[in-house]
Amino acid sequence: MAGSELDRLVDMANDIALNLEAYPDAPARVSDHLRRFWAPSMRELITAHVRAGGQGLSDTALAAVKALDER
Amino acid sequence: MSSVIKLRPYRPQRDLGTPAPAVDQGTVRLTVDGREVEAAGGSSVMRATALAGVDIPKLCATDSLDAFGSCRVCLVEIEGRKGTPASCTTPVEAGMVVRTRSDRLERLRRNVIELYLSDHPADCAGECELHDMAADMGVTQSRFAGGRDHQAAAVDDSNPYFRFDPAACIVCYRCVRACEETQGTFALTVDGRGFDSAIAASQLESFMDSECVSCGACVDACPTTALEEQSVLAQGMPDAYQVTTCAYCGVGCGFRAETRDGEVLRMMPWKDGQANEGHACVKGRFAWGYATHEDRITRPMIRESIDQPWKEVDWDEAIGYAARRLREIQAAHGPDSIGGITSSRCTNEETYLVQKLVRAGFGNNNVDTCARVCHSPTGYGLKTTLGESAGTQAFRSVASADVIMVIGANPTDAHPVFASRLKRRLREGAKLIVVDPRTIDLVSGPHVKADHHLQLKPGANVAFANAMAHVIATEGLADMAFIRERCETASFDDWLAFIGRDDNSPEATAAVTGIPAPQLRAAARLYAGAGNAAIYYGLGVSEHTQGSTMVMAIANLAMLTGNLGREGVGVNPLRGQNNVQGSCDMGSFPHELPGYRHVGDPAVRELFEAAWGVTLQSEPGLRIPNMFDAAVAGRFRALYCQGEDVAQSDPNTNHVDAALRALDLLIVQDLFLNETARYAHVFLPGSSFLEKNGTFTNAERRISPVRKVIEPLAGYEDWEVTQLLANAMGFPMNYGHPSEIMDEIARLTPTFEGVTYDKLDRLGSIQWPCNAAAPDGTPTMHAEAMVRGKGYFAITAFVPTDERSTRRYPLLLTTGRILTQYNVGAQTRRTRNSRWHAEDVLEIHPLDAEFRGITDGDWVGVESRAGDTVLHARVSERVQPGVVYTTFHFPLTGANVVTTENSDWATNCPEYKVTAVQVTRVTQPSEWQRRYRQFTDRQENLLEAARRE
Ligand code: SF4
Ligand code: SF4
Ligand code: FES
Repeated sequence: MAGSELDRLVDMANDIALNLEAYPDAPARVSDHLRRFWAPSMRELITAHVRAGGQGLSDTALAAVKALDER
Repeated sequence: MSSVIKLRPYRPQRDLGTPAPAVDQGTVRLTVDGREVEAAGGSSVMRATALAGVDIPKLCATDSLDAFGSCRVCLVEIEGRKGTPASCTTPVEAGMVVRTRSDRLERLRRNVIELYLSDHPADCAGECELHDMAADMGVTQSRFAGGRDHQAAAVDDSNPYFRFDPAACIVCYRCVRACEETQGTFALTVDGRGFDSAIAASQLESFMDSECVSCGACVDACPTTALEEQSVLAQGMPDAYQVTTCAYCGVGCGFRAETRDGEVLRMMPWKDGQANEGHACVKGRFAWGYATHEDRITRPMIRESIDQPWKEVDWDEAIGYAARRLREIQAAHGPDSIGGITSSRCTNEETYLVQKLVRAGFGNNNVDTCARVCHSPTGYGLKTTLGESAGTQAFRSVASADVIMVIGANPTDAHPVFASRLKRRLREGAKLIVVDPRTIDLVSGPHVKADHHLQLKPGANVAFANAMAHVIATEGLADMAFIRERCETASFDDWLAFIGRDDNSPEATAAVTGIPAPQLRAAARLYAGAGNAAIYYGLGVSEHTQGSTMVMAIANLAMLTGNLGREGVGVNPLRGQNNVQGSCDMGSFPHELPGYRHVGDPAVRELFEAAWGVTLQSEPGLRIPNMFDAAVAGRFRALYCQGEDVAQSDPNTNHVDAALRALDLLIVQDLFLNETARYAHVFLPGSSFLEKNGTFTNAERRISPVRKVIEPLAGYEDWEVTQLLANAMGFPMNYGHPSEIMDEIARLTPTFEGVTYDKLDRLGSIQWPCNAAAPDGTPTMHAEAMVRGKGYFAITAFVPTDERSTRRYPLLLTTGRILTQYNVGAQTRRTRNSRWHAEDVLEIHPLDAEFRGITDGDWVGVESRAGDTVLHARVSERVQPGVVYTTFHFPLTGANVVTTENSDWATNCPEYKVTAVQVTRVTQPSEWQRRYRQFTDRQENLLEAARRE
């Protein structure tokens, strides 16, 4: 089933990371993608999740969300 | 109130007898009946004289078909030539002296006409060129007795839209040739010889049982009433017409809506329509009856909860209620708690207004469109690589292609009129590569055969495209000059290092793609070695977890081989719905203002803020699937949904159902109480394409006018309803006509800068970009340089989908559509098209069927991790073992109960094309179908309650 909204966002962030992994600057590209395409409410949910440990996120996705939070 | 209807008095479309010459051969001067005229070199004497205002009688000639020269009524005299040559088959020559009238010619023509009349009804109910010509020449009866060979033959009225009456047939072969040349189906033959000869469908079958796809080309070509539309037989000839654009698929055919006493009588393909050039398919040509179907809801309705009966109210009350509730919800839950969905079936102007209402009136960017679920990856992928979110060519470009690669598209069913052009080019000798898990009709059809059918496994697209690129790059087949001049060197170098890796080779990927390496190598060489190679693709590319990646991989292939920027090449998305391109152009995506400009760009925002007099949000809004998630989570509470049926078309029905139920307010604007409307609190009646003015933009970026033919059944065109809602919410809109909306779009959108309704009237249609540099539009994109400057090679690493066959769900389900039905079927199901396709079935390979004890026609259960449904099985070798296939035209099919929430990584376009399922024989409908029936029955009753009041 669809799972919770957060589960879904985690999956989405991981997918984005996986598809951009081939680039040396993958985390920056992922943050940029989240900034350009995700609504603020979605970014807030995922940054809060990362602050709480970011369970389920891949390394690249985690780095990307952290970078998003730091800006 | 609504804009006025402007119909023109009926006259048949001009017929010049033979087509324009295919290639430009300059002009020649000749003399016709003592007058010097100029004509295009290579044209027939018949065409040249017709253009000079002298119509020569004709029967077997018509300008949509090559000259045939069989009837001999078009005879002329040419100085210095013996006899009386047929003007349709005689090409013009410089200095030629032609006489079209003389006693001798008159006598010969009368003879022919009398011969034809001897085996023809005395009266024809409709347009009959033979009778008209006889009247012109004063022939009232035939001197030839007997020869009534066809008068007793049985009428074939098996087709629901037209009949064939052999008695009126003059065996001119126009229908046979139309079926071959125009449509490319070869369904008709001539049976017998001489006076006995007669037209027959396929193997002497009825039209309905034959190969006929009911495109109507033969009906249009027939000079008599032998092939005649039922509506004309029943009601007589039209008395007026208006030119408009089909509201079905992304081909966007031009039509003449022909009316009688103010009612639509027939839709005739418009010969000057640049997308279709006089051709059409069974949907646009015949399936327009839904517009006045009794199921249309023509009065606004409201209710507090979806368990209550509907209450019919007047427009003021409905709009007032909707506006008040939207504002209340925003006051209680914040400005971002509401949003809107625009429709790819509505006009550009309507779509533009809905996004404007959301951004400026609602004050947020929560607007999305149904393109989310079909071609959003096209937008992302082409913008990233080439710089513009659109296909690169005009349809007619296919006529110059030497190799055509069709990936994940089924044009003969989904884009039939384009398919006819494509098939014509194949008959001329172009090579064809089909990349599809299923054996689509193009793989092997009449006079068409794919040189390669790469039957890949669902979900392996990117691995396939990378392997193609690997072969081209490593075998030295790349067009390095093009790449050096037109593409970014740095991105190319990085990409080259990536694509050259062994894991991208055909040998390494064969296990994943299922395509034997030698076959893939051969296909890659064919594509790369062509003079002009063109790619056409459909939803089989975009509707995957790597949809965007695949679009970029396709763009990479085109750049790698220099196949961009001229006729005959390019990257061509075949758009599903009539206005998918337009709805995306108009700023329907939550992150983009019209013209694909990001909401985060302050300069762009300022432009719109100044024009609209509001401050705009600088952050992207929610996409449709995010809206649903946020609705279930309670943060998103109200939705204005224009002309889309998310409850049927979107994946994972159970989740959509939960989201729609969670809304405090759902406003649906539609023709029918569709699946989504069953969850609605406000129903605003929509208007069909026949009831409004506006424009649609087709898959080749062609903006075509939609012109009003009848008054809106509910009193308002859709754009007016949006305007009422905006005004009621306190955001003023005061357009008097859609042309004013287009003027605003043009002012604010550089690619539309030069578009006006006047220019559309003048040119017929315009392909954007249309601006100072290209005042008449742009048929071919990226001609001198890429829109983004230099082409960008994106790295397209293959990431397999999570959706894989398992022990529990061992088969892969993929979905598609068929010719006679359209999308969720709301329109076509309400026409006689259902005679061809009354239900969706599950195609399953004989091996998989046998293993499960399934025989053709059995009820089978289809279960995925998302849900299950029940369909009839069709055992078929069109699908490969391990793959099953269905269409999604009927709600009860529940195809989307089974599809999952997996989606494209970049755009969230759902992965409709791959779902792991199990299929079993069953004896009864699924639990979902039972619940669906209950819910639908209940909602029908609640509607009945409103209607009774
Ligand atoms: S309707 Fe179209 S497909 Fe059918 S016989 Fe006529 S031309 Fe051929
Ligand atoms: S459905 Fe498509 S191909 Fe058929 S008539 Fe309409 S626009 Fe043309
Ligand atoms: S019209 Fe020329 S031969 Fe028939």
